[in-house]
Amino acid sequence: MPSDLLLDARNLNVHYGHFHALQDVSYTIAPGEIVSLLGGNACGKSTTMKTLLQLVPLTSGEIIFDGASTASESTADVVSRGIASVPEARRVFPEMTIEDNLLVGAHTRRDGRAAIRRDVAAQFDLFPRLAERRTQVAGTMSGGEQQMLAFARALMSRPKLICMDEPTMGLAPKIVDQVLDTIQRINRELGISVFMVEQNAELALSIAHRAYVLVNGVVTLSGGANELIRDPRIREAYLGQKAA
Amino acid sequence: MDTVLAGLINGNAYALVALGLSLVIGVTGIINFAQGSLFAVGAMVGWFVTTSLGLPLWLAAVAAMVVTALLGWVINRVAVKPFAGKAPIASVLATIAIMIILDATAELIFGPEIRPMASGLPTASFQLLGLRINAIDMVILCTSVVLMAGLASFLRWTRFGRAIRATSQDREAAAQMGVPINRVQSGAFMIASALGGLAGVLVAAYFTTISPTQGFTVGLAGLAAATLGGLGSLLGAVIGGLLLGVVEALGVATFGDSARQVITFGVLLGCLWLRPHGLLGSRSVKREPLTGTFFSAARKITIPPWAVAALVVAGALPIIPGLFSGYVVGVGVQIITFALAALSMTILGGQAGQLSLGQAGAVALGAYALAIMTKSAGVPFLVALLLAGIFGAVVMTVLATPSWRLSGHYPAIATLATGALIAAVAQVWDPVTGGGAGISLIPLPSVFGVQLDSNTMLYALGFVLLLTVCWLVRRWSNSHLGLYWRAIREDETAARSAGVPTPQYKSLAFGLSGFIAGIAGGFWAGQYGYINATIFNPLMSFQIVIIAVLGGMLSPFGAILGSIVMVGGLELFRFSSSGRLLVYGVVLLLLIHFRPQGLWTDTGTWSRLKQRFTRRSTAEAVSTHEHEGALA
Ligand SMILES: Nc1ncnc2c1ncn2[C@@H]1O[C@H](COP(=O)(O)OP(=O)(O)O)[C@@H](O)[C@H]1O
Ligand SMILES: [Mg+2]
Repeated sequence: MPSDLLLDARNLNVHYGHFHALQDVSYTIAPGEIVSLLGGNACGKSTTMKTLLQLVPLTSGEIIFDGASTASESTADVVSRGIASVPEARRVFPEMTIEDNLLVGAHTRRDGRAAIRRDVAAQFDLFPRLAERRTQVAGTMSGGEQQMLAFARALMSRPKLICMDEPTMGLAPKIVDQVLDTIQRINRELGISVFMVEQNAELALSIAHRAYVLVNGVVTLSGGANELIRDPRIREAYLGQKAA
Repeated sequence: MDTVLAGLINGNAYALVALGLSLVIGVTGIINFAQGSLFAVGAMVGWFVTTSLGLPLWLAAVAAMVVTALLGWVINRVAVKPFAGKAPIASVLATIAIMIILDATAELIFGPEIRPMASGLPTASFQLLGLRINAIDMVILCTSVVLMAGLASFLRWTRFGRAIRATSQDREAAAQMGVPINRVQSGAFMIASALGGLAGVLVAAYFTTISPTQGFTVGLAGLAAATLGGLGSLLGAVIGGLLLGVVEALGVATFGDSARQVITFGVLLGCLWLRPHGLLGSRSVKREPLTGTFFSAARKITIPPWAVAALVVAGALPIIPGLFSGYVVGVGVQIITFALAALSMTILGGQAGQLSLGQAGAVALGAYALAIMTKSAGVPFLVALLLAGIFGAVVMTVLATPSWRLSGHYPAIATLATGALIAAVAQVWDPVTGGGAGISLIPLPSVFGVQLDSNTMLYALGFVLLLTVCWLVRRWSNSHLGLYWRAIREDETAARSAGVPTPQYKSLAFGLSGFIAGIAGGFWAGQYGYINATIFNPLMSFQIVIIAVLGGMLSPFGAILGSIVMVGGLELFRFSSSGRLLVYGVVLLLLIHFRPQGLWTDTGTWSRLKQRFTRRSTAEAVSTHEHEGALA
């Protein structure tokens, strides 16, 4: 039932020069789903996410988002069609205020200042910590707070899908729990699908509905989170990858 | 007080130019050397509108801003955007090429002479708190204040302004948010250029004259101001500009107009040494590539010994009397001189990965040292030449030392300031350097009792010097020095953690390059018998970098080839000096486009050719090309 899918990525191939970074990667995301892409270091996770945002060109393959191919679209186009992102290592704009960071997240919107203002207020309701510091410069916040800002900034474009590149990376365990909690809230309360790239399989599978395992640019395993978490191969795949 | 006011007016212009520079550096990470030329273009448009067409000044300002904004769009298109993701040196040289093209075109159209300009403003003045204030002063100050406030609000409150700020803080993240960074970059370039153009009109109206060559000086002052304030900081650019203007005015009032450049570059260098990020520069925003250097890694071309021998013989041909005309041999001497100077950059850039925009300073050191020693002290030429090299080495090492802790664009700017400062000091230090008049009647070189009084003999001397320096460069590159330099070039942090004392090796690179440049300078002084400070201006430094980079920096032969093309080739266009500069700029731009890694560098074609013509196996052929990008 492909028409039910929010995102359908088919046989994606990416080359960096002669290096074949993604090899026939296919995955799907249904509306309301949290899908995780698992893989060790340098196996092509970020690359996969960047193809979705049209930041890395595909050598072949196709991405259908919300019923239409993204092939001829710019990053701004796909963002305005509903794909938002939380970059690897958060990447908030360090010398801009929290509020300005949020407004940059709304850059592609064309529905007027008032609507954008309402959404800024909505983010502050959702993340009260940010509201306290709306005029503070983002670079001075803690890692966890910056992560929340990165989520809020992504939400500002009113996405249907948020893709996140290792959102728990480099955060303290207590903060990691908060982040996972937030991802679930975004998914359940706002009904937004999530594509979550992660190295830490256990964390990701604790909130994902389904997952794909990427090893050196090839999807080797996929399935429901409940099956995968018990799958001995996932541990193997991980250990194998980490040793490499 | 009047002095301070005059300083503020000048400083205002610097601030506007610096604002443009800083805006562009923020968004693209690139120093736009053409910013000063845009200033000159603005002044000329202003002159045309007010003086030729007789229209009011405000219309001239609008016209200048429109013209320069369009030029800014073009500059981004041809000199910056095509080099995104390439080694930063490509766009540095490309903006220098644009600068040369714009200046030469302006000179072709407007002629080299200074023209009077009618600002059309009342010359009335009034007293305020004991200060005499002219109408034009008010116009300039008010316009600038309004404009700066406008720019600040634009960046702060508008959607496009936020996009500019976001892009300059984190380009990739901005792109991921759907900010159209290419459009943002074009926009930033247009705004920056319009600021430069406006500054040109205002300053022209203030001084009621325009001169086509003023752009270069103002551009450097603007760069100094932007650096003082902290590259990328807009508030810093304004403060840096005003500060520089006032300090300059006070200095000029005390020491006379010739001291201006000494003050500009002295202040700049002093500030970099004391505050490596400028007054308001930020450390949190990384504006430069984190690893790698200005230069791209490439493969060395190696040629068999018989070919080297053949080239040496071919190079020696002009020594045979009567084979070539005196003019051709003279050009040959010129080529050798610039090849020598460029070899100093080969060591610095090709090996240690450091960009120096101040090699003319080292050349000047050698030239003055030799001139003084042979003329006043009667030191024999060869001894004086060696001492000139050593003098260049010592001074460059000392001057480069405080720049160790600089990073990003700052070391290159520090070298630019160093070179310009040396020339500026030579310009004012009358008792030693002869000041503006320079030193003439420098004795002709004489070697082992033979006076070299013909082009052929000078060529012979230069040729021997060139071979010696090539040999030295090769030796240094193949020794452990070269190994450590390349380690620093590839990854300075890694090199340091592997125990390489990077500051020492870097300053050694500066020292040895100063030695070679000093020799080149000594040879220069000996062959012409006359030197003055304006010869060794930053344009000569740019020329040296251009020759070295476009020739190819991995082998000494690159510098020679570069000099043959950029010095010898351009002799073909000697019928018109601005026409020649124009051709030079265009050739430079084309070379950067098509051979950014240099002419004498392997891009794959050479390996393929070699494989076809020799019958060696692929593996062997590849292994003979030492891959310079990798650490051995
Ligand atoms: N712009 C690029 N140019 C060349 N190679 C790249 C580029 N980006 C990533 N790679 C290479 O592609 C591979 C996958 O990278 P990436 O997608 O960032 O991995 P991950 O996010 O899983 O750590 C790595 O080997 C990396 O070195
Ligand atoms: Mg990654």
